[in-house]
Amino acid sequence: MERVIIVRYGELGLKGKNRPVFEDALKRGLQQAVRLSGTPARVVKTFGRFFVEPRDEQPLEMEALLPMVQRVFGLVSISPAIRVPATLEQLRTAAATALAEHLAAHRDLPEPIPFRVETHRADKLFPLSSQETNMELGGFLLDREPRLKVNLSAPRLTVHVEIREGKGYLYTEVLPGPGGLPYGSSGRGLLLLSGGIDSPVAGWMMMKRGVRLEAIHFESPPFTSERAREKVIDLCKVLAAWGEPIKLHIISTTEIQKQIRMQAPEDLSITLLRRFMLRISEGVARKAGAGALITGDSLGQVASQTMESIETINAVTAFPVLRPAIALDKAEIIDLAHRVGTYELSILPFEDCCTLFAPRNPRTRPRPEQAAAAEERLPVAELVAQALAADRVLLVGPDQVREWRTDAAPGIRGIYN
Amino acid sequence: MELHYLDNGATTRPRPEVVAAMTRALTEGWGNPSSLHRLGVAAEKQVKEARAAVARLIGAPPAQLFFTSGGTEASNLAIKGAARANRRRGQHIITTRVEHSCVLSACQALEDEGFSVTYLPVNAAGEVTADQVAAALRDDTVLVSVMHVNNEVGAVQPVAEIGRLLRDHPALFHIDAVQSAGKLPIDVQKLGVDLLAISAHKLHGPKGVGALYVRQGVKLESLQHGGGQEHGVRPGTENVPGIVGFGAAAEIARQELATAPARMYALKQRILDGLTAAGIRYQINGPAPQSAAPHILNLSFEGIPRGEVLVHALEEHGVYVSTGSACHSRQIKVSHVLAAMGIGDARGLGAIRVSLSAMTTEAEVDSLVAALRQIVPEMQALGFRTR
Repeated sequence: MERVIIVRYGELGLKGKNRPVFEDALKRGLQQAVRLSGTPARVVKTFGRFFVEPRDEQPLEMEALLPMVQRVFGLVSISPAIRVPATLEQLRTAAATALAEHLAAHRDLPEPIPFRVETHRADKLFPLSSQETNMELGGFLLDREPRLKVNLSAPRLTVHVEIREGKGYLYTEVLPGPGGLPYGSSGRGLLLLSGGIDSPVAGWMMMKRGVRLEAIHFESPPFTSERAREKVIDLCKVLAAWGEPIKLHIISTTEIQKQIRMQAPEDLSITLLRRFMLRISEGVARKAGAGALITGDSLGQVASQTMESIETINAVTAFPVLRPAIALDKAEIIDLAHRVGTYELSILPFEDCCTLFAPRNPRTRPRPEQAAAAEERLPVAELVAQALAADRVLLVGPDQVREWRTDAAPGIRGIYN
Repeated sequence: MELHYLDNGATTRPRPEVVAAMTRALTEGWGNPSSLHRLGVAAEKQVKEARAAVARLIGAPPAQLFFTSGGTEASNLAIKGAARANRRRGQHIITTRVEHSCVLSACQALEDEGFSVTYLPVNAAGEVTADQVAAALRDDTVLVSVMHVNNEVGAVQPVAEIGRLLRDHPALFHIDAVQSAGKLPIDVQKLGVDLLAISAHKLHGPKGVGALYVRQGVKLESLQHGGGQEHGVRPGTENVPGIVGFGAAAEIARQELATAPARMYALKQRILDGLTAAGIRYQINGPAPQSAAPHILNLSFEGIPRGEVLVHALEEHGVYVSTGSACHSRQIKVSHVLAAMGIGDARGLGAIRVSLSAMTTEAEVDSLVAALRQIVPEMQALGFRTR
């Protein structure tokens, strides 16, 4: 008898050619989760599902493993299960164990406990049919546990039995996964990461749809502090723990902010700064092989997030800009931030002296032509090139950070081994 | 990148002699001073020598000096310990509005216990007068606490005068001397002070250790209880490495007292002269430089809306100063000291504090001036409104 985790996935409409890519990415995600759990385990792929199994005969440490596995993008559900050879005797023992453990862990069940056994028999060599197995095991369990009462239509406890390839799997729980697509299976995206609540959430939402994340952060020393940068690095660490280590580009916009302040109308300063940020981000994205930019824009919260502002800022690029939070309420974003684990970090109040550059009355409905006219007095291309030339890149893992050399060989895997 | 450290009010670099002494205490003399055997005796001897050195710095008998975990604990012990021990006699305390937060917080905690506290206002330079203390004294006043040197602006309070005044009053007199020890001469007998707090890491010693002088006969209620070390005033196994470091630092500080203050005043003036020569206009927050403590200079410049921006800009040049005081840096309002002096947001939020030490060189202050020469006009050109 051994413990395993059944891992279920399946995006409706996964076509034939995409399937191997999907499955490979999912396997990597599961292996990453195993690594992050700090416990030994093996990831095995079989028909239509994965198993997390013991490695070198070391039993799985479920408490450390389950929470990490449950976070892997692309999973629909997981079940910690007992696996035995498919004989009735073994199935009975396993069922009894599974039942006892479930009852010990769930003390709030009503008594008598409505329960049923649900069997899927895919192995034609097994002597009993699914229905017969239900009745056999059901009866067996009823004898052992007087609190149970059969209820086929509305059970509170279901003992699942799967019989395939000579093995029987017994489990009582189906734990939901995050859904989505496996990390990295949808390509690469560059997240514009500020220290606020929204942008980390937007990054996570795209990670969930399979986007491999890179990030870019803009700072303006001496108006911003190293503490602000440390906060962004910490946010990256949290995101990296949902996927893989993230490359973080750090760009200085001090010169740009100064020039905007000296040469352009004050009420357009935020709009113009964000246009620069978008141009610079596109440059970084193209070089990194990313196919899209990602921002935490949510419609209507601040002056730069009205529809007109978005149009005027977006006008500087034709590169796809994904805004997954565009239709979320602040409360929904905050809920997600709690789930992702970035909320507490985001609200830390390190004074950002960037606010010194903020206009008293920012233009809320700027036109692209107005912005372009204001930019005529600025050496746009030069400022963008200067900013790109000083790009500093860090590789941020869940608990480690290091400088990333751009001439390092591609495909260097993680920082764990 | 070079290090021009001019934030000595926040903390100071430990001297090599201090590090050497502490290393010896960690590698060789690591016994427990309370042990009966020779390892304990050796450790106890080190503590005794350090105590003598620290006591010499303030003119105290070693038997009246007790080691603590720092200046904050020393002042807490003094204020709460004295107030609580004397509450039957009265429950009134007098202090000033510009004390360090450890003194103010301790007083506020006592207010919650039923004490009433008078917080004396200060003049535009941050100073109180002995007359103010006299006017506030009541029959039920049990404690007066006035700092010797204010950490933010360097104002020197008339503690000797206050000491004389209190000679004829039963109230106890506490002085927070954390910023004055090693910069101004201190003689506890002459000052007539009952309780005096000092801290090692402000005079090139280590962090985590301080001391409280308690005049003979003064009773304190202890803050912590334990095995009887430090005559029960502050029990707990002694922080021998820290104490040894404190002793080494105090010894050197005492020797430097003859020459260091004059040097620091000259360096302060050098800064101001350098700024004037460069055409940089400034305002001094606090008393005139020669009337203030030798090591502290608090400055505001036109067109600098946030001190923190200057701190980071100077950092890029390898020069380190602070804004407000180290404890206040995270808040976006003027510090309580500047506010008590009547300095508003426009001037106060952009203030920086330069604090020198006995180890500061001319080259270091010249670097400060050179950096400011570049930074201030650049920042002023950006036209920020100081609100």
